[in-house]
Amino acid sequence: MNISDSAHASGPSARPKAATLEFREATKRYPGQDEPAVNELSLTVPAGEICVLVGPSGCGKTTAMRMVNRMTQITAGDILLDGQSVRERRPAELRRGIGYAIQQVGLFPHLSVADNIGTVPRLLGWDRERIRARVDELLELVSLDAHETRDRFPGQLSGGQRQRVGVARALAVDPPLMLMDEPFGAIDPINRERLQNEFLRLQREIRKTVVFVTHDIDEAIKIGDRIAIMQRGGHLAQYAPPAELLMYPANPFVEDFVGSDRALKRLALQRVRDVDLWKAPLVRVGEPVAEARAKLSDSEVPFPLLVDGDRRPLGWLSERALAGERVTEELRSKPEPLLELDDVLRDALSDLLAEEAQYGPVVDERGAVRGVLSIEILSHALKTDPEHVPSGADAP
Amino acid sequence: MSTLLAQVEIRDRTEASCVSDNGFCPDWIVDNLDRYVNPFFQHVLLTVVALAIGFAIAFTLAVIAYRRRWLIGPVTQVTGVLYTVPSIAAFFLLLPITGRGFLTATIALVAYSLLIIFRNVLTGLDNVPGETKDAGRGMGLTPRQLLWRVELPLALPEILAGLRIAATTTVGLATLAFFAGAGGLGERIFDQITFKSNVVVAGGLAVLLAAVLDGLILLFQRAVTPWTRAVGAR
Repeated sequence: MNISDSAHASGPSARPKAATLEFREATKRYPGQDEPAVNELSLTVPAGEICVLVGPSGCGKTTAMRMVNRMTQITAGDILLDGQSVRERRPAELRRGIGYAIQQVGLFPHLSVADNIGTVPRLLGWDRERIRARVDELLELVSLDAHETRDRFPGQLSGGQRQRVGVARALAVDPPLMLMDEPFGAIDPINRERLQNEFLRLQREIRKTVVFVTHDIDEAIKIGDRIAIMQRGGHLAQYAPPAELLMYPANPFVEDFVGSDRALKRLALQRVRDVDLWKAPLVRVGEPVAEARAKLSDSEVPFPLLVDGDRRPLGWLSERALAGERVTEELRSKPEPLLELDDVLRDALSDLLAEEAQYGPVVDERGAVRGVLSIEILSHALKTDPEHVPSGADAP
Repeated sequence: MSTLLAQVEIRDRTEASCVSDNGFCPDWIVDNLDRYVNPFFQHVLLTVVALAIGFAIAFTLAVIAYRRRWLIGPVTQVTGVLYTVPSIAAFFLLLPITGRGFLTATIALVAYSLLIIFRNVLTGLDNVPGETKDAGRGMGLTPRQLLWRVELPLALPEILAGLRIAATTTVGLATLAFFAGAGGLGERIFDQITFKSNVVVAGGLAVLLAAVLDGLILLFQRAVTPWTRAVGAR
């Protein structure tokens, strides 16, 4: 399933909408505890942006998120959703308009995938046909085969599939705000990365306002448009876009929390699609060698890349492939590492190092080659990125 | 011809002596089955009515105590006492109040089933995973919607397991209902308790009833909890 195609499905739910969220000195105190769980938290999440609440355990990040849909009652201060206080809304009615996804997913084991996703639409009185259409649309949106998945029970799904269904369920009525509490926390690293990438791709389509809770600073940097770092006692230590956070940590706590590899983390702020890739010398079997050589001289890459009819990479060609009149299928190596447009630069660098390669082909969602990424491009990106002035990076 | 008559006579005499010996006599059983029809249906009625009332009371108590946890202790203690009182004693204790008959027997049987059902409904509700409840609340289900759409369906396996135990126990206890003058298969059993044929048929019918009830509830459970078997069948 291809997300970018299916997300454009027509229908009432295709219209993007997002809400502005504002915390105004929101405070949560539990009786019998000296320190508040959340202490006068003030921050604004602009419509359509992802705000990541991050911090060590016990810093109040989950409590802060749960105050938004009143799963936790606010002790003092207020939270405004599009200017309206959540305290004025009836909790159940408020929650139906806010997507809610948690680490353990919490799918209803006794309901099919379709009925799970259709829960809130049913509460809101949608008719069966509309719910059915919406369920299929959402399953496609989260890269699940609707036909195969809709009638299954959660117990029959893998962890990653459950997580996707959880996200689909949270999106069911196209809420303007999503709350996500460590949604990928229980997933193995490989699948977590895939789900993160899928989520970002999804977010580019749906443009929701998202409050995303995690304890993983790398995930925060990767996912967030803005990051709120919280520290014990429910204090907001810093609220800033990831680049600013890495460049100018507000205090020693933040500096410590983001880690000593801040320079490397900056590579995590950019994606392969953000840098100028090398033009790939793409050739096909049977193509005149002269044409192939012309492409080769036009590119920084020293070897031609063999692709199939859909521009999917098959491998790097050896010299012998260009010996005759027409290109033959003489590979010197596989097209590895295979990089994706959505990979962050740090992961791409890691992949290149792991394969001991100087460069690797970059493919889009359909697997077609879009260019070549090299170590040279990466070091260039680090040096010249205007956001990352060297003085900031070298600061202690 | 005369030998044939003689054989018939012998056979008659065998049956007669079987009955007079209080033995196990298939022929007598076949001839006398209709004696058991009314007691059997009386037994079914006692069991089903007691179970229905017992379930209604215990289920309601459990659902209330699920939200108001402080009720769990008192309810468990009271139903526990009722469970411990020997049923025959219960019949006789009730006689001065409700007199002999169906009502007295039903009250005793209901009292006996409460603890089992109450405990199982409560356990079933308590075993609903916390994240499932959290997700349900977070999605905007009201407490009532959460109870009926999520918590009770997920508690069904435990609830029905409790009902099965209660059903089997009630069928057995209902054989004592005749002490309260409510009839049932027990009346037949104690009528001629030394006559094997009688005891086997009446007792057998009670066992059969218990097995059938148990099977029916099990079938119902399988029909309404398809997800429990789909797990892992990938």
